Amino acid sequence: MVTELGHFALILAFLVAIVQSIVPLVGAHKRWPGWMAVAEPAATVQFLLTGFAFAALTYAFVTSDFSLRLVWLNSHSAKPMLYKISGVWGNHEGSMLLWVLILTLFGAMAAWFGKGLPPTLRARVLAVQSAVAVAFFAFIIFTSNPFLRLVVPPFDGQDLNPLLQDPGLAFHPPFLYLGYVGLSICFSFAVAALIEGRVDAAWGRWVRPWTLAAWVFLTIGIALGSWWAYYELGWGGFWFWDPVENASFMPWLLAAALLHSAIVVEKREALKSWTILLAILAFGFSLIGTFIVRSGLLTSVHAFANDPERGVFILMIMVFFTGGALTLFAARANAMEAKGVFGVASRESALVANNVILAVSCFVVFVGTLWPVVAEMFFDTKLSVGPPFFNMAFTPFMVVLGLLLPLGSMLSWKRAKLDRTVKQLVPAFILSLLILGLFWTIQTGNSLLGPVGMFLGAWILSGAVLDLLNRTGRSRDLSRLFRLPRADWGKATAHIGLGITMVGIAGLMAWQEEDIRVAQIGEPFQVGAFELELTAVNQVRGPNYFSTMGDVIVRREGEQIAVLQPEKRNYPVAQMPTTEAAIDYRFLRDIYVVIGDPQDDGGWVMRTYIKPLANWIWAGAIVMALGGVLSLTDRRYRVAAGARRQATPQGVPAE
Amino acid sequence: MRRVGLILNAVALLLCLAVATPFATPAYAVQPDEVLDDPVLESRARELSKGLRCVVCQNESIDESNADLARELRLVVRERLVAGDSDEQVLDYLVARYGEFVLLKPRTDGWNIILWLSGPALFLLALGIGIAYVRGRASASAPTEVGLSEEEQARLKELLKES
Repeated sequence: MVTELGHFALILAFLVAIVQSIVPLVGAHKRWPGWMAVAEPAATVQFLLTGFAFAALTYAFVTSDFSLRLVWLNSHSAKPMLYKISGVWGNHEGSMLLWVLILTLFGAMAAWFGKGLPPTLRARVLAVQSAVAVAFFAFIIFTSNPFLRLVVPPFDGQDLNPLLQDPGLAFHPPFLYLGYVGLSICFSFAVAALIEGRVDAAWGRWVRPWTLAAWVFLTIGIALGSWWAYYELGWGGFWFWDPVENASFMPWLLAAALLHSAIVVEKREALKSWTILLAILAFGFSLIGTFIVRSGLLTSVHAFANDPERGVFILMIMVFFTGGALTLFAARANAMEAKGVFGVASRESALVANNVILAVSCFVVFVGTLWPVVAEMFFDTKLSVGPPFFNMAFTPFMVVLGLLLPLGSMLSWKRAKLDRTVKQLVPAFILSLLILGLFWTIQTGNSLLGPVGMFLGAWILSGAVLDLLNRTGRSRDLSRLFRLPRADWGKATAHIGLGITMVGIAGLMAWQEEDIRVAQIGEPFQVGAFELELTAVNQVRGPNYFSTMGDVIVRREGEQIAVLQPEKRNYPVAQMPTTEAAIDYRFLRDIYVVIGDPQDDGGWVMRTYIKPLANWIWAGAIVMALGGVLSLTDRRYRVAAGARRQATPQGVPAE
Repeated sequence: MRRVGLILNAVALLLCLAVATPFATPAYAVQPDEVLDDPVLESRARELSKGLRCVVCQNESIDESNADLARELRLVVRERLVAGDSDEQVLDYLVARYGEFVLLKPRTDGWNIILWLSGPALFLLALGIGIAYVRGRASASAPTEVGLSEEEQARLKELLKES
């Protein structure tokens, strides 16, 4: 019953979305206030209906209603509650429903918090947002309906893929979707502005919080996914340049670029048409990502039974929205006249450089991801583009970005004195050089990666600190620091986060140590500075799996520092083994232990890794996200919201 | 959507295991018995393995993969190295057998040149456009303030009347 109500709510939401995508648009064109006013309640209703549909599906998963095909395919009655719930979005249909739920949530938030927008712009933004929703509702209802029943309900389900039964991964998709779909609001704002034919500082100010929020969510989502890969897949890789990962990374890069270019629009009324283009492309890449992941285009080589109908549908959605918006852009872009005048050495120029680097690096990822398809279609060669290509082609851009970042972020607006800024950064540069030299001398081998990564990290970190100190003025009155706008703190924090991540990546890739051996029980062995001993191997039973668990004692200079319990699990329902690495997390290094198969002549295969600075990668991502949140709470957004408060009690614009 | 991708990955992994390992016990990447005694040769083998694709898996190098075929390839790489092949010869040998598909780092010849050069080329182009834009802005004259539109004028009058 609840399921049917959910199904019905979904169809109703589809109908509401159709109305919302047409009526306000006509209203805005004809200046009919009544028609424009439809948008706001419609957005709320759409969200509530979709929310109800999602709740109904969740209910079916929680109560293990195996008469629902989707529940039968992806759940099992013995599964822990957390994974019953996360199973809702652990499959194509359910995750599309979550996608649309978030899409309507953002639409509704734009309606709730957008009271300060000019009425025509608001009507158009909500109409465009709803048009995107129409396409996805149609996609769900016609190709991926989650509410299909089975005629004869089976006794129990087929279980969720055990690799996905993990807390890190339970929350990874919602965050990622919040990011992807958050960019839809920027897209709607861009298209609405093009229809309106007007982009000004105020537009920049409205778009920025949404971009910031989307970027924060994407950052967290990507970091969670990467962290999951690190501890779950059993060899401690954190990024594989897989098409699916790239699909989330490309919107992230463009969102970062958009974040910076919107500042220029807001403060200086320049870079307008570029910012509009970026907003369109950022969401376009979210759609491309959806297409790549769900069409099976890039994985088709590997015999997936993927539904081509779905791929074509998403391709059509993508072509319609991205193509339509770009056409509109081509027709209207020259109406966006730049106003701000600035010198060659200025913050504006630095932000242009930032955008050039981020956009081109996104393009490199894009070309690399799609090249195998292009080569197969046009040149009839099957080839692979893997991590070695991306590491070579992508990394240089990040190095340049890191080199320019402290300088660019300290240049002043309009006309900067380059030599003065350079002088201010001398201490940071010397410090970073010292660190470079230090690591160059103490490391074994002569890899450039490690020392350069440390240099960049130190350079960005000390640059950000100097930037903050500079804001205290000549008096160096530190109490001023606390009176700085939150946005300044946000900027410094996010940049520091990037530096920390760079240090982590460089350290891990350059100085990882590895040991592969057959370990005998009770015979200690040495890996790097540590002594490990496998003391026992036990068979353990979990809630829905069996496990082979080893006890490994880690000692350093004879002193026990950790007991690790690496596992090999077997999930009988899904018939799938997984490795559960045991990791001793520390500030400067992780010890990562994996247990393998027993050997005929006794002993167990054991793999041990010393992973220096591994945690810094994700810590940096969290710090970056924190910087975004700090910026989001800046006073000027609250002030803008405060001005609106007469009309509405709600405060913060995004979130 | 990454989520679904991961499911696909996992399915691929499963397929990989099912197709390539009929004997069910999964092996985990490089096994102790594969490791060569000569540390120099072994480290060369590892480097090469990282750039070779496990052709039955989704997107894994043979260094990371658990599939049986990956193990065979790792052994082939080591055999060739022990036989005295150079790195280049080992790669040629494998490309001759499995095609260019086996290389995770595409070669820089033929059409692939587009792949390798598109990034730097676009960078130069974007840099050029960026510099031209910045210079244009530097020499542009500040625009005179645009007044209110008629509509806004009317609204302003209305507001002033009200207060």
